[in-house]
Amino acid sequence: MKEKSIMEEIAEANKAVTKGVDEKDIKHWATIYIMGKAYKVPADLTIMQAMEYAGYKFIRSCGCRAGFCGACSTVYRKKGEYKLRAAMACQTRVEDGMYLVQIPFTPAEKAIYDITKEEYDPSVLVKCYPEIMRCLACNTCTKSCPQDLQVMDYVQAAIRGDFAQVAELSFDCIQCGLCAMRCPAEIVQYHIAQLARRMYGRYGLPEEKNLEKRVEEIKEGKYNKEFERIMSLSSDELKNLYTEMQRKREVY
Amino acid sequence: MAELKLIDGYPEYMRESIKLVERTRSKRIGKLPPQMTPDEREEILNRYHPDYAPGGKRPIKIGPNKGDIAPNEVVDLLEAYPLIAPEEIDLSKVDYDVDVLIIGGGLAGTSAALLANDCGVPVEKILLTNKLRHGDSNSIMAQGGTQAADRPEDSPVIHYIDALGGGHFTNKPDVLRALVEDAPLVIKWLEKLGVMFDKDSEGNFIELTGGGTSKRRMHACRDYTGMEELRVLRDEFRNRGIPCLEFYPAVELITSSEGKVTGAVLWSLETGEYKIVKAKATILATGGFGRLHIRGFPTTNHYGATCDGVVLAYRVGAKLRDTDTVQYHPTGAAYPQQIIGLLLTEKLRTSGAQPVNKDGEAFVFPLEPRDVEAAAFIRECYDRDKGITTPTGMRGIWLDTPLIDIINGKGTIERSFPAMVRMFRRFGIDMTKDPVLVFPTLHYQNGGVETDPQGKTNVEGLFVAGEVSGGVHGKNRLMGNSTLDCLVFGRRAGMYAAEYVKSAKSDEKLTLEHVKKYVNMLKEAGIKPERKAPILLPEYRGKEVLARKIDIIY
Repeated sequence: MKEKSIMEEIAEANKAVTKGVDEKDIKHWATIYIMGKAYKVPADLTIMQAMEYAGYKFIRSCGCRAGFCGACSTVYRKKGEYKLRAAMACQTRVEDGMYLVQIPFTPAEKAIYDITKEEYDPSVLVKCYPEIMRCLACNTCTKSCPQDLQVMDYVQAAIRGDFAQVAELSFDCIQCGLCAMRCPAEIVQYHIAQLARRMYGRYGLPEEKNLEKRVEEIKEGKYNKEFERIMSLSSDELKNLYTEMQRKREVY
Repeated sequence: MAELKLIDGYPEYMRESIKLVERTRSKRIGKLPPQMTPDEREEILNRYHPDYAPGGKRPIKIGPNKGDIAPNEVVDLLEAYPLIAPEEIDLSKVDYDVDVLIIGGGLAGTSAALLANDCGVPVEKILLTNKLRHGDSNSIMAQGGTQAADRPEDSPVIHYIDALGGGHFTNKPDVLRALVEDAPLVIKWLEKLGVMFDKDSEGNFIELTGGGTSKRRMHACRDYTGMEELRVLRDEFRNRGIPCLEFYPAVELITSSEGKVTGAVLWSLETGEYKIVKAKATILATGGFGRLHIRGFPTTNHYGATCDGVVLAYRVGAKLRDTDTVQYHPTGAAYPQQIIGLLLTEKLRTSGAQPVNKDGEAFVFPLEPRDVEAAAFIRECYDRDKGITTPTGMRGIWLDTPLIDIINGKGTIERSFPAMVRMFRRFGIDMTKDPVLVFPTLHYQNGGVETDPQGKTNVEGLFVAGEVSGGVHGKNRLMGNSTLDCLVFGRRAGMYAAEYVKSAKSDEKLTLEHVKKYVNMLKEAGIKPERKAPILLPEYRGKEVLARKIDIIY
């Protein structure tokens, strides 16, 4: 009986997350304005959860719900503030007096290239995306990045053709598109960064040597005999072998 | 009522417990609790793991796996009626006539498209369809890494044994062998496409262990591994101009008069119209089922992880396997409320973070396989009462993250875990200074549609790849083997589908006969038409709103 009650207790504790918030459990409220319309929502929710509470069923503007996919770009102003802020709806708690709208899509032109044929030459980025030369260094992209990346710095690095710097500064980009929507020079920063990272990953980083050798060994059938032996062992023999290997495991 | 006062993100009573964690921290370095023996593992699983604890499951009443046990939430969908009525669908007008249809655009689907193209299928004869955007998937959320045995002291055979033991010796041997033998090749492929794996200055991969792996073989890209792999593959996909639909989930497969899979019915989430795809081969890469919230657990999964692929495949007669097991990741966020259930990568533990109870005591070896580790956390919280209860009534244990910097040097956490640091910082917590609260969360569909090493199912014309498939992980998957599964079997499915379509007939009939038969089976089994599937998206709207919702305009 005890185990069953543990599972029930766990399910009960998670009810708000799995089945939606119950009004009677809410202690704190906030008023938010979704596209200008006021909704009273629980103050402990993210913007995404609050919009659902308010009755919105997402088709667009909702993806991983954990800050990795860039689907839920949101811009908002707080009452009494001039500043236009940007956030991911799934990673931002609601605040009283938030006026918000979601940006479900960014129209953006992506350059077409064949990564195997491009030369590792600093001019590639400008060749594919000549508009980066229009950068005004206004820093609006950086200010609008919900990941807090130094977007303008990597655009400047792209102009210089510094693949390593672009790759390093842009690595955590979730391609939400907010920088491109705000850029007065109409640059699509995240596409440029994607090209730079692929160039750097393919040509800039030194190649791993063990890997090539292992791929060859497998191709030549080096492990076939050992696999045949292992796959013919009885289940007890396998268990003993496994236990022994776990005992000798590399911990860190 | 005033809001709870927080000190650097935590209420005062939780701060008291953190003090105990800090007090024992230096003494815990290098002194880990021992690993459990196989018997100990079995005992703790039987008593505390949600898969083994009584209740929550039932036998499937109909279909190829009749009598097999699966979670109630999954059986509910297998025993549900279709969304569409076959007689209302006009199959005579084909909207897309292709060689290879791929349903799902995560790592598996995208890899399949690229390999089908590499193996001779022209881009205009490939179609990739997505329920949400291309890339909205569990793949993009994968943090920790991808396993591949490429170090001289490691081998694919050792990788095989690790995965087999982790899966409780239930994995399908030939499929598992394909996984581990293709692993180095897949990493090489990604490296050539420009994926930036973590490397030292000489180009050597920085490789870590995982729970249940005996060697360091995890290839990571900070804690954005899946995102980096996926965005590179998607960029390559877009460069090649492969046709792609978004917000077009498949709601039913189409079969020939002999029961081969010959395409799918897609349905626009935005306009409500359907499209008919005729395909010589169909690859299901629809991912898993976290959003079913099995046993009431929160989940790490993306919004669309609703078991669609398994439902569709089962209706055409595809066999499932290992439907009775679900993976709960030991370290889901338990606090603050806004991020409950979200993933804290296992890489934190492989980098030195220790699970610790409310008194600051280490109580379990930090790198047991996921199911064992999760069961130990549940025991600590609910049997030994050594968990920390949050203001919303959840219990959790501490993951002592500041240890990572102490062991590996200051700045390691910021450098290696930018996604984690960012997530907690957004909610007022600094994980480089304070521990974070965790509890097991629904993470992965271990079983699924049974596959062979080529990604083929028992139904002709139907291939599967990635989380929707079953067999390679047996009853429990190891860290770093899911992105690998998607990549290996996505590529294989694409490759073998390309081969298959060369000899496949192009004049197959399109029918929905299998749907009619399935409905008859449901009726004969006495199942009432109360539920429909696939569900496509979970329901999180406020109860008050739903209670008063009426549909007036269309």
